[in-house]
Amino acid sequence: MSDSSNNSRPPEHERKGISRRGFLKGAGMTAAGTALLEGVQTLRAEMAPEAASGAHELGPGPVPMQLHVNGKEHTVQLEPRTTLADALRNHLGMTGTKVICDRGVCSGCTVLLDKTPVNSCMVLAIDAVGHHITTIEGIAPEGELHPVQAAFIRNDAMQCGFCTPGMVMSCASLLEHNPQPTEHDVRRAVSGNLCRCGTYPKVFAATLEAAGRTRQA
Amino acid sequence: MKNHPEENAFAAQAAAAPPKKSVSMPVGVPGYTLHDETRQVPPSEPPVWPTNKDLRYVGHHTERYDGRAKVTGQARYTADVQLPGMLWGRFASAAVPHAKVVSVDTSAAEKYPGVRAVYVLQHIDGNAELRDASLDQGKYPVVRYAGQPVAAVAATTPEAAEEAAALIKIQYDKLPFVVDQNKARAADAPLVFPGAADAEGSAGGGGGPRDVKQTGNVHGPSLHRIGDVEQGLKDADVVVEGHYVTHVQTHSALETHGVVADWKPDMLTMWASTQGTASVREELCGYFKLPASKVRVITEYMGGGFGAKFGAGNHGIAAAMLSKKAGVPVRLMLTREEEHLSVGNRPSSDQLLRIGAKRDGTLTAMHLVSYGTAGCGTGAGCSGPVQNLYKSVSKHTEDNDVFINAGPGASMRAPGHPPGAFALEQAMDELAVKLNMDPIDLRDKTDEHPVRRVERQIVRESDIWKSRNPRAGADSGAVKRGVGLAQSVWYRFVSMGSNAEVRVHRDGSLEVLSGVQDIGSGIKTVMAPILAEQFGVPPAQIAVKVGDTNYPEGPNSGGSVTTLSLTPAVRDAAWQASQKFLAEVAPGLGAEPADLVLVDGEVRSKSGKFQPTAFKRAAAKMTSSQVTAQAKRVPDYDKSKYLTYGGVDVAEVEVDTELGRIHVKRVLSVHDCGRPMNPEQTISQINGGVIQGISYTLFEDRLLDPNYGLMVNANLEQYKIAGAREIPQIEVKLVEAYLGQSSTDASGIGEAAGVISVGAAVANAVYNALGVRIRRTPMTPSVVLEALRTASSQGKEIA
Repeated sequence: MSDSSNNSRPPEHERKGISRRGFLKGAGMTAAGTALLEGVQTLRAEMAPEAASGAHELGPGPVPMQLHVNGKEHTVQLEPRTTLADALRNHLGMTGTKVICDRGVCSGCTVLLDKTPVNSCMVLAIDAVGHHITTIEGIAPEGELHPVQAAFIRNDAMQCGFCTPGMVMSCASLLEHNPQPTEHDVRRAVSGNLCRCGTYPKVFAATLEAAGRTRQA
Repeated sequence: MKNHPEENAFAAQAAAAPPKKSVSMPVGVPGYTLHDETRQVPPSEPPVWPTNKDLRYVGHHTERYDGRAKVTGQARYTADVQLPGMLWGRFASAAVPHAKVVSVDTSAAEKYPGVRAVYVLQHIDGNAELRDASLDQGKYPVVRYAGQPVAAVAATTPEAAEEAAALIKIQYDKLPFVVDQNKARAADAPLVFPGAADAEGSAGGGGGPRDVKQTGNVHGPSLHRIGDVEQGLKDADVVVEGHYVTHVQTHSALETHGVVADWKPDMLTMWASTQGTASVREELCGYFKLPASKVRVITEYMGGGFGAKFGAGNHGIAAAMLSKKAGVPVRLMLTREEEHLSVGNRPSSDQLLRIGAKRDGTLTAMHLVSYGTAGCGTGAGCSGPVQNLYKSVSKHTEDNDVFINAGPGASMRAPGHPPGAFALEQAMDELAVKLNMDPIDLRDKTDEHPVRRVERQIVRESDIWKSRNPRAGADSGAVKRGVGLAQSVWYRFVSMGSNAEVRVHRDGSLEVLSGVQDIGSGIKTVMAPILAEQFGVPPAQIAVKVGDTNYPEGPNSGGSVTTLSLTPAVRDAAWQASQKFLAEVAPGLGAEPADLVLVDGEVRSKSGKFQPTAFKRAAAKMTSSQVTAQAKRVPDYDKSKYLTYGGVDVAEVEVDTELGRIHVKRVLSVHDCGRPMNPEQTISQINGGVIQGISYTLFEDRLLDPNYGLMVNANLEQYKIAGAREIPQIEVKLVEAYLGQSSTDASGIGEAAGVISVGAAVANAVYNALGVRIRRTPMTPSVVLEALRTASSQGKEIA
């Protein structure tokens, strides 16, 4: 959202604690686990010389960026700290991607970045610029179903359906990389996808069926 | 002329009891106990359905009505609703577990860029309330747990809302707190409430008994007595006694609680992630003193509830107030942390259970004393299984709620029953060992339910049960295999607020409407085949419209009431609409209505008077643009019969005695739900119950820090829920069990499905594997290893 009021937010150092977004913004995607212990301030200090050396700093207000989603270019104005999940859901109206845990442990927000499944709540939109993003809305041509989607329907592999888009993305990605998976492979592929209704058995069956295989013990 | 008083009484009685017709209905389990029974039913009831094998659509697989919307991401949940000009809401919550709030300074938040409204909560929903409200006088509600909402903001971006909420300054007058259930029972424990307090139950159950004794933090006991338990224990040949402890579980629905509120002068519209559109409307009307006609609640899709999502909640009231203040819609969805802390949990239990029996297995006494905590709410009672599964000469149960400074409990899938069955079904297993009886034989002796008797027979003949070594701990080697079983019981609750409308249009299209919400159990997909059966057209051609209080009021979905309550109303409406339809088209077809039937997409003449006519062509002969019929739930036909139902679960485990890990390899789940309306969806629910039961028993645990009173794992990485690699091979056997109770004869499945009994089945399997009993959840590796060490130190040999 390009609300001009965002330009007058308080300076960074006045904000308390380490928020997930703050951390992401500071750490980017390359930070090692130890950086978490150090905190954002340290990271910011480390980055400061870079800024002084003429590196381009963006934000904190909205900046224009181009996102390539489901084969189409979208130009959006986003704060650099905006996650890809929020960009898709709140700015592009693609709400099939679900935010559930909001910290990369439930895979409800799974999208493909180029061909790799990622948790879009853990990727900054700005880091997705220049990549091909595929969401649940674009996994099959309009009006058609991906074989995994069709198999999910046939096998009743959903209940409340809130985890379903993420499950479909993980399973479709599995078949992309491994067209002949075993049940063990499917379990592994969705081991990061949480389902609270407990629909896993039918997710396994559906994915194996989509791969043209019957279920194996 | 005046009537004689007795005649008047007679006339009044006749008016109160309208005439009934006598019908013969299938009752029992096909292949086992199926027979006919007579029922007296209202004359307006449709013809009796045969068993599923003789129906075309109902009882057979119909693809989930909204499957395509769900797999393509098009399904719009409350969390996805985005309205023009909508603001983003966010709570500011208490950072301490117990305090009086001295002041709430919202000035910085109000000035924060993008903020359009701030609201300080005047009342807290969910917490128990003092019987004497004057004991807590203050401007703001007392904080009884860390995470209790205090104020809310609405801003133009979610980031601004989050940042502004953090600027709200809450000044506390801190009070002593207690978050440990055992410490809270002590005489000198800090008091969570300054006097006796009670909590409302929700539409899905939960809540505790009102007006029972309260001593310190202990709210209870609530007593049930049959016979003399002490005498029964004296009369027993064998007594088993055990101390069982179960932990607190959070619902952890994937879509958090939340709403989008749109307050307009003439109408409050609320999209709500709820199990009860009717319950949300009722609470909004009550809180804001609005007529039902000016409140509309919509639930298009709902991302899981499991018992915690009824009523408007603090978030619903706050969002409505923010919307009213700002003049635009406001979305307020809870964060994952708030979801763990403030909107419900399954209470814990600490149970002492004694059972006495004769040598032949006859139970002489069952005595349960339980203490559990629902935080600052009530509803920890867990005596349901003891009261309802087995017959015993005497029974005595005492349920106590223990208040602690934690978020209030809420009904959660079969409230009280998973903890209760965890103890009872292990005690029965132990009793079988002591009596040297087969666990199934013992239950055949003490459980009279005719359907569970069939289910046990199915278990007895199953491969998994036959593979069980009756001698516990017989395996050599570090990894030991075991098999165990347990039973479940649930109740036939009927929600009379179940209404449906059926419309037939002149273009031949059909629709069914009800305010009921589809929470994932698939009521939409259950409704369409009922019309299909009545009109002879495929379910896919029928439009199903639910989740909106603009439609006839539907039941709240909790306690396994939805399908059994609503489907008879749908069928009755469909039947009445079909009769009206035939009456309208008969003249155009040159026939008498009584000569017409609807079969295979055609209107046919029973006497062969005219050639079959396609339904659509016949509809064109309607004299009005549509015919409609609305029906409400007719009471159960015979309320004295078949009040409970349930199932039997068998688990096969492998226990690693070196690592302490329990791996559930296989589960056989044998369950009944009256007439299964859509078996595939029913099996999905049973799979889910089994998985939630395993997750509860082995993994999940709400952890509170006793020094700070904070939940330390209010997220989804440290609050561990069963994932894909922990799921056993699950085989479900769905038992058709006709009861002769309604025009669809459906029953429920959500509660009875697995979640009650699987934990005890796993525990009994662990005993069978190890010869050591584990009476505590979650049965984590450390708990297993500790049990093995204790057994070993007591001289027990573990091979």
